[in-house]
Amino acid sequence: MTDSAPTPPPAAPLHFVLTGHVDHGKSSLIGRLLHDAGALQEGKFAAMQEMCRRRGVEFQWAFLMDALQAERDQGVTIDSSWIRFRHSEREFILIDAPGHELFIRNMITGADMADAALLVVDAQEGLREQSFRHGFLLHLMGVRQLGVVVNKMDLVGYKQEVFAALEAQIREYLARLGVEPLAVVPISARNGDMIVAPGENMPWYEGASVLETLHGFRAREAAADLPLRLPVQDVYRHGQERILVGRIESGQARVGDRLLFSPSNQTATLAAFKKWPEGGAAGEEVASAGECVGFTLGEKIFIERGELASHEERAPMETDVLRARIFWLSQEPLRPGESYEMRLLGARVLAEVESLEWRVDTATLARSPAKELGANEVGEAILRPRRMLALDDFEDNPPTGRFVLARGKRICGGGTASLQGYADRRGGPIRHSSHITRTPHPVEVAERSRRNGHAPGVLWFTGLSGAGKSTLAFALERRLYDRGFQVFVLDGDNLRHRLNADLRFSPEDRVENIRRAYEVAGLFSRAGMLVITAFISPYASDRERAREAIGSGFREIYIHADLETCAARDPKNLYKKAKAGEIVEFTGVSAPYEAPKRPDLRIDTAEREIEECIAALLAYVEAEFGLREERAS
Amino acid sequence: MDRLDQLESRSVYILREACACIDNLAMLWSLGKDSNTMIRLAQKAFFGRVPFPALHVDTGRKFPEMYAFRERYAKEWGLDLLVQDCPDIEETDAALPPAARSAARKSLGLKAALASHEFRGLVVGIRRDEEATRAKERVFSPRGGDGEWQPREQPPEFWDQFAVEPPPGGHIRIHPLLHWTERDIWAYIQREEIPVVDLYFARNGQRYRSLGDQDITRPVASTASNVAEILEELTATQVSERAGRLMDHEAEDSFERLRVDGYM
Repeated sequence: MTDSAPTPPPAAPLHFVLTGHVDHGKSSLIGRLLHDAGALQEGKFAAMQEMCRRRGVEFQWAFLMDALQAERDQGVTIDSSWIRFRHSEREFILIDAPGHELFIRNMITGADMADAALLVVDAQEGLREQSFRHGFLLHLMGVRQLGVVVNKMDLVGYKQEVFAALEAQIREYLARLGVEPLAVVPISARNGDMIVAPGENMPWYEGASVLETLHGFRAREAAADLPLRLPVQDVYRHGQERILVGRIESGQARVGDRLLFSPSNQTATLAAFKKWPEGGAAGEEVASAGECVGFTLGEKIFIERGELASHEERAPMETDVLRARIFWLSQEPLRPGESYEMRLLGARVLAEVESLEWRVDTATLARSPAKELGANEVGEAILRPRRMLALDDFEDNPPTGRFVLARGKRICGGGTASLQGYADRRGGPIRHSSHITRTPHPVEVAERSRRNGHAPGVLWFTGLSGAGKSTLAFALERRLYDRGFQVFVLDGDNLRHRLNADLRFSPEDRVENIRRAYEVAGLFSRAGMLVITAFISPYASDRERAREAIGSGFREIYIHADLETCAARDPKNLYKKAKAGEIVEFTGVSAPYEAPKRPDLRIDTAEREIEECIAALLAYVEAEFGLREERAS
Repeated sequence: MDRLDQLESRSVYILREACACIDNLAMLWSLGKDSNTMIRLAQKAFFGRVPFPALHVDTGRKFPEMYAFRERYAKEWGLDLLVQDCPDIEETDAALPPAARSAARKSLGLKAALASHEFRGLVVGIRRDEEATRAKERVFSPRGGDGEWQPREQPPEFWDQFAVEPPPGGHIRIHPLLHWTERDIWAYIQREEIPVVDLYFARNGQRYRSLGDQDITRPVASTASNVAEILEELTATQVSERAGRLMDHEAEDSFERLRVDGYM
């Protein structure tokens, strides 16, 4: 690089992960590389030598790396650690990944952020179990740039024929994975040969040094040329606006674009990008892969986290069955028939392992039938998600073609999707039907309110079974009616006798149960009435949909009592049955309850008497919906 | 997208992910350059309003300039400010060296805040380049009920799938600045014109590179009196940022022990 060249703006650093079998000398290579490249912090080398002197141990290059106390004691790198250094105007981030079999999850974590990888192999030992596994996993995770470093050449007398035989074996293995290494470099970390300077011990080698190999790697860039994939990360209510946020994983989005949301199959126009602070960058018309954006839609449709936006052309595939390459990290093996939570971007869905096709031996690449996949093993399985998923084949678009499998709170493994041979199950986008027109009502809502003496609305009670929703709802109905309100209770159990008699308690049926309830409540409220609903309504997204459907009269009222209190009350003996296993997926026991984050009103029934609760509700209703100054009570 | 855009984008993604997945979040606001940067990133992520409290764990021994800064910008940025006092030094682990003991007050204050507000997520502005044990952190780092960090038991973290569920009685630490460097922070402060306490700027040949308690923080020799000069200085120096933080240097592993016990 010439001295006269202007300083370029700092480029993105190159992240590379260092992997390999335990004891093949990764940490020594790092210590030596940092030292020889002139990248060590002032005093670090001297301090480490001093520490060794104090402890009475021989200095080792690896000590520079192993920052944690526990590592110095055990001599094993436990976790992946990041080290930055600069060389020749370029910034490198070295991610040190552990070589021990027990820490594959940390190697995966380290490899995730890497643009490239260096695989370290011991010249004496050759390729070992973790060398193969790391090579295989790097490829599986999509790290496509690879360099191989053959370390400890000093221990084999720097012999060219030893290196040549090992290099041939390495290249042959990688070729079968479809990988061509950028370089295979013979080195001695201990003596510093071929790390930065070539050294004098291997005149027969004419290829790149380790540092030159690193300079040959390119930082990966977000794929702006692939089809648009914009996963919805969240939706913010911001004044009157609903702002959808997400990161563009690939492609470009423009103001005015028609967006297709999958798997819900709705379309809407991208109205505007939103930024804070406004002005300056606001009003931009286009955003590209890698950007986190906020945007509004031209039409009112219900969109939540987990939806994937694309253009109508080149949309992702919708399917509820897929083939997946899986690497397993959990001690509890993956088995056919078991279900796991599949997490794909923001989407979460329960998926059953329909079958395990094969397990691969990462050393020989031989595939064999298997009944289960143990920790650190790789195989292929057919998965059946419980609902439709929107995704891509991993080969076509990695960020939208990969997922993790979780159980409880733990991530148990990762998978990449292969969709070849599967049909796209998309039914075709739902459009706002043009042949249905809405006829306006001759009686306006305001007229109904004047006659009733109160505004219409829906008091949406949510809470655990036994929290007191129905008790309070019916008591409130009586009291409000006595005060002259047009009021009616929609109760969960009552509706299940007829309107919702066809529904059970699966997640899908719960959603439909609530949908019917809020649609009916919405109709009642348009008829001028005040509706009180009493449904557990455990999912925040359902209640949010209810708010959408009902509009300004909707009030979310959290009827709260802790689980112990509810279980002790147990008016319908449901908790006892749930604990005995007679009822599956019972909210609070074996199914989740998502408590409201910001309810319009919260009533604590564990601490307050019924009369107190009713008084609070009456005061709230009068303040929010009452139109008459005075009312007979 | 330039480098700062990329850093910003990743941080915004992390903050939004935390907000979408974890109830009852708070952000630790130490009043320093990193947490001010974090607040700006949160304003960007959430369109101007930080949707969770800014928690200042107050040892009572900060510099007066820092308290003035807190009062001014809590108001100006519309923060939901929570101030948590710390217990006396007598309540800390007597086995720790003196400055580490002083710093441990902050861990105890933090534990008290976590317990009383039942936070399930705590957004903290640590960076990998600050210190070797921080380099090993996850973006989403689960803590048990006692707030302790278990570096050996960290969950896998890849493909932007994070450990978002807190362990029973515990919480998740969220680190949106983990991938930034000290230089990145200053470059961003310059670009975004983020206000910082002026103790960072040199007076009489000295400035603070990192701000802690008055009694355990020392200034470094410097002539950098504005952000541009700090950036220049950082390009040249190889001295560690936390060189002025006494508790890191009393014993080989004192900072690691602080971190295992819940320190940031």
